[in-house]
Amino acid sequence: MIGTFSIAELGHYALVLALVLMLVQSTVPLLGLYWRDQRLVAVSGSTPIAGFILVGIAFAALTAAYVASDFSVRNVWENSHSAKPMLYKVTGVWGNHEGSMLLWVLILALFGALVAAFGANLPSTLRARVIAVQGWIGTAFLLFVLLTSNPFERIHPPPLEGRDLNPILQDIGLAIHPPLLYVGYVGFSIAFAFAVAALMERRIDAAWARWVRPWTLAAWVFLTGGIAMGSYWAYYELGWGGWWFWDPVENASFMPWLAGTALLHSAVVMEKRGALKVWTILLAILTFSLSLLGTFLVRSGVLTSVHAFATDPSRGVFILAILVAFIGGALALFAWRAPDLKQGGLFAPISREGALVFNNLFLVTATATVLIGTLYPLALEAVTGQKISVGAPFFNLTFGPLMVPLLMALPFGPLLAWKRADLYGATQRLGVAMIAALVAAVITYVVAGGKGVLAPLALGLGVWLIAGSLVDLAERIQFLRAPVRTSWARFVGLPRSALGTVVAHAGVGAMVIGIVGTSVYQTEEIVSLNPGESVDVAGYTLLFQGMSPVTGPNYREDRAQFLASRGGAEPFSMTPSKRFYMAREMATTEAAIETIGFSQLYVSLGDEIEGGTVAVRASYKPLVTLIWLGALVTSIGGALSLTDRRLRIGAPKPAAARQPKAASA
Amino acid sequence: MMACWRLVLVLLSVALAAPAQAVQPSEMLDDPALEERARDISTGLRCLVCQNQSIDDSNAPLARDLRILVRERLKAGDSNDEVLTYLVDRYGDFVLLRPRFAAYTLVLWLTPAVLLVIGGVVAMRRFRSRPVAAQALSREEEEKLSRILGE
Repeated sequence: MIGTFSIAELGHYALVLALVLMLVQSTVPLLGLYWRDQRLVAVSGSTPIAGFILVGIAFAALTAAYVASDFSVRNVWENSHSAKPMLYKVTGVWGNHEGSMLLWVLILALFGALVAAFGANLPSTLRARVIAVQGWIGTAFLLFVLLTSNPFERIHPPPLEGRDLNPILQDIGLAIHPPLLYVGYVGFSIAFAFAVAALMERRIDAAWARWVRPWTLAAWVFLTGGIAMGSYWAYYELGWGGWWFWDPVENASFMPWLAGTALLHSAVVMEKRGALKVWTILLAILTFSLSLLGTFLVRSGVLTSVHAFATDPSRGVFILAILVAFIGGALALFAWRAPDLKQGGLFAPISREGALVFNNLFLVTATATVLIGTLYPLALEAVTGQKISVGAPFFNLTFGPLMVPLLMALPFGPLLAWKRADLYGATQRLGVAMIAALVAAVITYVVAGGKGVLAPLALGLGVWLIAGSLVDLAERIQFLRAPVRTSWARFVGLPRSALGTVVAHAGVGAMVIGIVGTSVYQTEEIVSLNPGESVDVAGYTLLFQGMSPVTGPNYREDRAQFLASRGGAEPFSMTPSKRFYMAREMATTEAAIETIGFSQLYVSLGDEIEGGTVAVRASYKPLVTLIWLGALVTSIGGALSLTDRRLRIGAPKPAAARQPKAASA
Repeated sequence: MMACWRLVLVLLSVALAAPAQAVQPSEMLDDPALEERARDISTGLRCLVCQNQSIDDSNAPLARDLRILVRERLKAGDSNDEVLTYLVDRYGDFVLLRPRFAAYTLVLWLTPAVLLVIGGVVAMRRFRSRPVAAQALSREEEEKLSRILGE
């Protein structure tokens, strides 16, 4: 008993110690640089690792309190239940405000420790500054946790039973989605820290881009996976098969992703050609700023309404202060120091660099579109009091058209040469891909029964991206132009980053096909069924056999039994259900999903259940799994690129580091 | 509380919405064409008590009332626009998920296009102000080049 009673205090104490270490990490290395004292600078090598261990202890302590169902800890009492399955007791640690902020800080500390551990090849001054900037962020958020969102707070007398976790969160999705998302979100802090450190040093070069790129890429890979996972979670858990809602909470994670994607691409230009330096620095600052903004939007309650924010402002104002300090500070530093940075690398509009500028132009505009769509209603209400809504139709009308030129131009990018390129030659080489796209569009048009032209063309766009990527690959390995053995040797010797590009871009194509397929060609039936009756959807017959009650660990459910069949094929069973979670007295809908090829049959129950009759929503979603498989392939592409030899081995010592005087001009 | 889950925002995560589903069989119109129009209109209308959720998606009782109202107006012979006007008159612009193009939404609607144009102009001007090797060689340079190549 003594163990469980003191473990929360141990966690709390570790968190306070971590704050002290973060303060050391924020200041001592910089003082060391100022006083030219190597011993002080060297603090940046070990402090982040110790800080990470301490935050890890705090996190483990909270987890232990959850596992032991120690309801004397307020956070555990509010979000857990003794009958909850063990997996959800653990994942419930971050299924609430305090715990998720602790996870945020843990991941931030992890990244700081990683830079300290693997940053041995960085110039010591740069590393010290990067670690210090990380320390500032860590200090701010640890203060936030300790002062406004302490997860270790006790209640007396301890209640006998907890209030359970929100049932929607009692899902494997909670185990995967938030950690992935946070690694992505928070990982961009490294790019931010590098940008601020470069501005402090007044020096930036191609080597800088080479150091920043793997961190950004890793964060981006996780964020891509996290967003896709969240989308699939919403799709199967919420019960009507939507996969993206343009909800402010989604936008909060989507904006850093868009900006991060732009950053990845501009960093390539900077690394390879030494151009777009100032812009890349700005993007690095903006990307993490959007992560901070997302944290503010979700954590402050401002989304529910401006008034909710005003009634309990302590947390919101704190994060807003962090937001203003970091974004404002970094941008001010940028405005002050950016003119000192030397621009380099000239290029013509039609060139690889030009294509990447095009990419950045559209991605950044798209980011701004999502940003204004998310913030405008808040701003308007705060200023004039007028309440408007900005929902999916707005984003479909603005964001959608921005993606079309970007995706149409995408296959050209990798085929263009650096500095100055031959657009006509690239077009010729892409001829096969164009034909493939057109054929796909025509086939779709015919199969869909000649209705609508835009949807087949949009689907063709997806094929264009995949085929375009294959053309890029074929060009690189001289497929069919060189002997097979030569091509194979070239394929094996292909830089992983080039292969990653091919894979990632093909993944985007698959995503486009999935989005178009399910958005345009889905068929849906909503009916009431008695046992023995059936409904037909997209050639499948769903026979309703009856309802049966089932008791789970902390819920009861009514499970409907369906037998699905098509023609003479083997029938299969589908069992959608309605669950009722006792502790919170809340109901959830559990859809039944059958994957057929890339498509899915999706059956869920409605509210109207009377006697033996149920309301059923059955839909057939063509190619829907390609949305998430495509995202997965895109992440894999990013991960492949991350294993590139030059990123693994690290950057060579830059010329600038060897002659600091010349470079610090 | 149960009715509208989006108020209970959890995590920095994808939207978590209604645990049950929206359109119920008993609400639906017999005329498939009219029903399709009703669904179409519904996806653009906000469930007023929810967070950014359309009445087509929401299981809140209010959303259900609005879905039925939309269908009643359609049965009475209203055009899609008339249905929207009817709802805006009663509930204000807040009900529209696609804000109207008006003075107070000018910034909202125009930002994407304006940014794209400004960004494009800035990028193009940089290309123009710093001409690359694209410039033709001068006569002297050409002579020099041919001399070198000739050697």
